[in-house]
Order: sequence, then structure tokens, then C-alpha cells
Amino acid sequence: MTDLTQAPAPAAKPKSGSLFEKDMRTKRRNAAESRFKMYGIAAIGIGLVMLTVLVTNIVTAGLGAFQQTYLELDVTLLESKLDKKGERNLDDIKKVSTFGYAPLVSAALESEVERLDIQTDLKPKKMAGILSKDALSKLRDYVISNPDEIGETVSFRFLLNSRVDGYVKGRVTRESIANDKSITAEQLDFVDQLMAAGVLYKAFNPDFIFGSDASDQRPEAAGIGVSMLGSLFMMLVVLALALPIGVAASIYLEEFAPQNRLTDIIEVNISNLAAVPSIVFGILGLAVFINYMHLPTSAPLVGGLVLTLMTLPTIIISTRASLKAVPPSIRDAALGVGASKMQAVFHHVLPLAAPGILTGTIIGLAQALGETAPLLLIGMVGFIASNPPDGIVAGFLSPNSAMPAQIYEWSKRADPAFYERAWGGIIILLVFLVTMNTIAVILRRRFERRW
Amino acid sequence: MSFVKLSASALAIAAVSATTAAARDQVQVAGSSTVLPYASIVAEAFGENFDFPTPVVESGGSSAGLKRFCEGVGENTIDVANASRQIREKEIKACADNGVTDIIEVQIGYDGIVFASDINGNSFEFTPEDWYKALSAQVVVDGQLVDNPYKTWDQVNPNFPAQPIAAFIPGTKHGTREVFEDKVILAGCEHTGDFDVYKAANGDDKKAAEKACIALRTDGVTVDIDGDYTETLARIDSNKDGIGVFGLAFYENNTDKLQVATMSGIVPSTDSIASGEYPVSRPLFFYVKKAHIGVIPGLKEYAEFFVADEVAGPDGPLAEYGLVSDPELAKVQEAVAEEAVLGGDS
Repeated sequence: MTDLTQAPAPAAKPKSGSLFEKDMRTKRRNAAESRFKMYGIAAIGIGLVMLTVLVTNIVTAGLGAFQQTYLELDVTLLESKLDKKGERNLDDIKKVSTFGYAPLVSAALESEVERLDIQTDLKPKKMAGILSKDALSKLRDYVISNPDEIGETVSFRFLLNSRVDGYVKGRVTRESIANDKSITAEQLDFVDQLMAAGVLYKAFNPDFIFGSDASDQRPEAAGIGVSMLGSLFMMLVVLALALPIGVAASIYLEEFAPQNRLTDIIEVNISNLAAVPSIVFGILGLAVFINYMHLPTSAPLVGGLVLTLMTLPTIIISTRASLKAVPPSIRDAALGVGASKMQAVFHHVLPLAAPGILTGTIIGLAQALGETAPLLLIGMVGFIASNPPDGIVAGFLSPNSAMPAQIYEWSKRADPAFYERAWGGIIILLVFLVTMNTIAVILRRRFERRW
Repeated sequence: MSFVKLSASALAIAAVSATTAAARDQVQVAGSSTVLPYASIVAEAFGENFDFPTPVVESGGSSAGLKRFCEGVGENTIDVANASRQIREKEIKACADNGVTDIIEVQIGYDGIVFASDINGNSFEFTPEDWYKALSAQVVVDGQLVDNPYKTWDQVNPNFPAQPIAAFIPGTKHGTREVFEDKVILAGCEHTGDFDVYKAANGDDKKAAEKACIALRTDGVTVDIDGDYTETLARIDSNKDGIGVFGLAFYENNTDKLQVATMSGIVPSTDSIASGEYPVSRPLFFYVKKAHIGVIPGLKEYAEFFVADEVAGPDGPLAEYGLVSDPELAKVQEAVAEEAVLGGDS
């Protein structure tokens, strides 16, 4: 009972003043909170600055690729050069290689110079040096598909070579070509004269978006279109395989599988697979699909199979999460009115989880679309995307590249003009990725239900 | 269930692929990244001028290409391997073990290796001795082998400016590295007379002495670049004191950023390399599987077109891009036409 006699423990000091006056402790807490807010804003700010720098960088470096310098030229398709026998026999015409078309272009340039009254000391061969090598192949393709027009004069729009194009775009200057052997200052003067005459101009270049890759000698003719098709076919394979397999696996694991050691191990391993570096899947693809199953190398089908392996864990994890989010009452209600378990899942749970599944799939696809590393090993990086596929089956099986692989390939090449194209390719790839992610966000916003 | 339909169609596609995989109609090429630009120029022109589809050209390095080449005969193996060095005995044997016996070797021309630095920096006139002294792990000072003490170029050669030594050289997976070691470092080692000291130190073992000569210092003065020349260029961009090893064609495409150094007083150019004056050059090759000729459409035509005068000759597109054409191209053309194989009596 001694406790009672003791004085009661001193009560907390009554708060001094009113609620409106903050004591030290409150002030410190408030200060900490506003500091934290500042940190948060600073973090977001840094992120935004980084993003702006990145986007401006990409756009300024890449926009040039969407424009190209062209020259309008009337070429006389001399019969004496193209079809000596004069029989318009396609086999004879095909015997003239692209090299054989060079004199026609030189002659055309010469007469153009005369017509425009341009004073220049350049020899016709040097004059033709400002044109892209692609011009000759364009000309030959035209003649082969229109053999009747041999002997006539046809107007063409030719690409100019990458140095001249760089000069018109401001990337190449007279100082920078001082040691360059592929172009001279006189040729640039000639370009200036043609530009003043209005036959040489810069215009939008649809071939960059729809065309095929070109060799190191003609960066101006390279386009990303064929590798875009490669990416498309790969995504079709990924979608056709990863979605059904992933959804089936997650439905089974989530709704039907018994909880035991085996399913635990499977679950842990799916999460582990999601963290495996993508190049590992490339090695696996090379060993299994190409060396063992003898599928063709460089084919989008194999690329799609490899990317399927990579995307599956992403899809399974997101599908399971959205199945889990459907409240048990829905299942119970369905089972309660006599539905079988399968009916409950397919008629009630799956439709409610569909928006989440789709979102996860689209994000998985976007991830697969931007992947380069596994494609390195199955032969999809190199000078590949030069033939557009002839049909759907060829689209899956004939060699092709993919957008990110094409960008990587361009960034390795010697001519600085390819560098610009690599950035241009990044812009196109980013447009695709942003579109896909936007679709995912919209789907989620529109259809997602919350309980 | 649309899922079921989708997966069924996917399986059908896979099944179709298994059957059509046996009908490849384009030539498949892989190998050296140095040969890649030339091969792609040829492939493109080939696709344009012939009725065959454009061949597929992958890179990956000479060794990787030859390894794939030697994996066996059949349509799922490559037809042509590009190489920036000659095929090794070991590789020929590996090929033979997998059934690849008849190999046609085609030499397409020569490629120069140049030393270049930032356009606004100091210019250099190198000799192999300078490079050996600057980069070898050990050098001879007063008759003794010591760890390389040189930090700046003027310590190596009093004619050079006092610029820190910083070299960007190709990594060991590149064929270029071998040429750099043989024709620059080892040559320098022999010229300075240090080779004898190495030989004495290694008990008169010539092989070991050579190996010791070309062992490069590891104190960060020299950096191995495993990527492509674009990476070397980027390194020089960020370190203006750096000097990089490039292919001639790469330098000629980037003359606005790089200046080239002379070697033993010779400016590298296609002419000086063709005449053999410029010492650091090497032949480029491609190898064709004879068993695939007649099976893969266009394979022989591709090989013949590659070495045709209008392509690989001195006025052809390859020379324009930077290849030094082979003065004995006619012999090569003949060998390709005859399908002369390695080890044959041609």
C-alpha cells in the first residue's frame, strides 16, 4: 500500500497555449513533412528533366531521318545501252547490270546542267557522284518493270548521297569534308547551284518508314519498314502463343491447382523466370529452336518463340493478379446457383479479370517489342531486312530483322548518316511503345472494376 | 474460344514451318564485322542484279562465323563465313569432324588498319617501335626488363608531344587484334632489339619470347574495345588524348572527326596499302561450303559476283568504300569458277 502514499507520477505538462500556437515538436514534425514533400517534388522534377533531355535529344537527332534530299532528273532511257538487240526481251534487258546504267545518269545530269545554264568545271562522272547509288537500282527496276518505255525520256526523283544530304541538312560542312575523299567542295558548289535552280530540294521521305535496309554505301536509302514487318510477325507469334498459354497456366494455378509443394515450387520459379536476363532466352532459343528443332535462322517465327518464353512470366503474373482481384463472392454465387467450377471461372471470373489480363499482355508485348539481346543470338541482327516478305508464311519464315535490332545495327555502321537513322528508328519505336502503353492505360481505365 | 483458335493456328504455323524449313532460297552469310560492310554492299547489288533474293549477312566476328560455318552441312547451317584472317588448322579440323570437308577459300582484297586521333589534337608520325614501347607490358631499360614506366608519348619518343598515352585497341575477339599484335607490337619489339632480351629471359624459347613481347600492359593505359569502331570513336570523343585503332574504311567515313597518323612515314590509303608500303594491313577472306553449291540457289553466283572485276576491282564499289583490291584478282576469279577447295592441289 505504499504506492498510494507516493506522490502520483507527474502528469504530462499541460500544453502551453492554444492549439493555434505550435510547440517545438509539432514544428519539427511539420518541417519534416514539408521537407519530405520537397524531396518528392525534387525527385519528380529530376525525372521530368531527364525525360525532357532524353526526348529533345532523340527528336533533334532523329527528325532529320524523316527528310531526305532529292534531285529531279529527266533520264533518257537509251535503247543502245539498255536493249542492244531492240527486241524488248526481258532476259536481255536484265543482263544490263546497275553499273551499266551509270552512263545514262551522267548524261542526264549533263543535259540538265546545260538546260539550267549552270557553270561548272565538274566532269559528268563527278557530277553523278552527288547522287545516291540507289539511283541506279531505281532506274533499273523501273526499266525492267516498264520495258516499253525504253527509248523515251522519263522524269525521276533520285536520292542524293549521304554526304550531300548531310550538307543540305547542315550536318556536313565545307570544313568537315576537307579530308574526305568521297566528296569535294566543287561538288558542294554544284549542289548549291542545283538547289538555287530548284531541282534539288529536301522533302519528306516515306521510304524511311516503309522501305528496307540498305548497305553501308547508301545510308540515304535505308528504311525501317521491313524490320517493322519482322517485329509485327514476331508479335503475332508472341500473342498467339503467350496469351493462351499464359492465361491457361494462371487460371489453373489460381483456380484449380491444389496448394502443395509442387505448385509452390512452380510459383516461385515463374517469378524467378520473370527476372532472368533476356539474353539467356536467346541462348536457349539458339540451342532448342535452331540447333535441335532445325527451324530456320533469322526467322521471325524463332524470334517470336524466344520472345514468347520471355513474355510468358509477365503475362502469368499479371493474369494471376487480376484473377486474384475478383472477389470470392462472385465465384461463390456462381457455384451456389449450381454452376460447375469451370463455368464459374469462364463465365464469371475470367470476363471480370479480362481488362487486367489484356493490360498485362499489352505491357508484356511492348516489352518484347523493344527487346534486342535475344535476337542477336538467333541471327536477326545484321544486313537482313533487305527483302520484304512475299506473303504471310514467308513473313514468319524468311529472314528478317526487328525494329530494335535494326536500330542497333545502324548505330554500329561507319557512315555518320546511319547514326541519324538510328535515332529516327528510335522515334518510330517509341511511338509504337507509347501507343501500346496508352491502349493499356485506356483499357484499364475503361473496363477495370473495383470492389 | 478465340484462344483455342489462336493457339491452334499458331501450332499450324509451327507445323508448316517444320516442313518448309527444308526450302531455303537465299544465301546465308555470317562472320567478321570488318567484312560485313563489303559483304552487305555485294549482297545488295547481287539482289538487285540477279533474280535471286538478297543474301542475308550477319556479323559476330571471324571466329564466331567460322564456328557456325563448321557446324555441319545442311540448310540450317550457313553457306558462307566471312573472316578477317585465314582459317586456322584447328578450325579446318573442326569442320572436317562435322562433315564440312570441301571449303573454298576466297580472298577478296586487303584492309588497312590505321591509327587515328581526335581531329583537333596533336598529329603523330608513328613507327611500330613507338607502339611497342608505349603498350608492351615490359620494356627493356638499360638492358633490363622492367614494367613499362612510360606515361606520356614524349617519354616514348622525344619527338612526340607530352600527351598522356591512352590507346583504344580492338579486343581479343577481333581479327584486327591479331594483326595489331603481329605487325605493330611484335614488329616494334624486333626492331628495337628488345626481342633478344626477351628471348634470353625466356631461355631461348622463341615462341615464349614472342608471347611476352605482345603481352600488353594492364595498368589502364590501353583499353580493349570489344564493340565496334563506333565505340572506339565515342571513346576518343570523350577522351581527346586517346588514339584509336580503326579500319581504313571507317576512318574514311569519319574524316571530319578523326585525323590519321602515319606509320613509318607512310600515310595509309588504298594506294599505299595496295603497293605494300603501308605496313599494317591484312587480307580479307570468305569461305564457301562446296557441298551447298547447287543446293542453295545463287550461292556460286554470289561468290563469283563478289570477286568480279566490276565489284571487287580497283574501280568497283568495294574499293570505293575502302577495300584495297587484290592485284591478283584474276587468279581468285579463276579459283572460284573452278570451285578449288582448301587442301586441294590448286
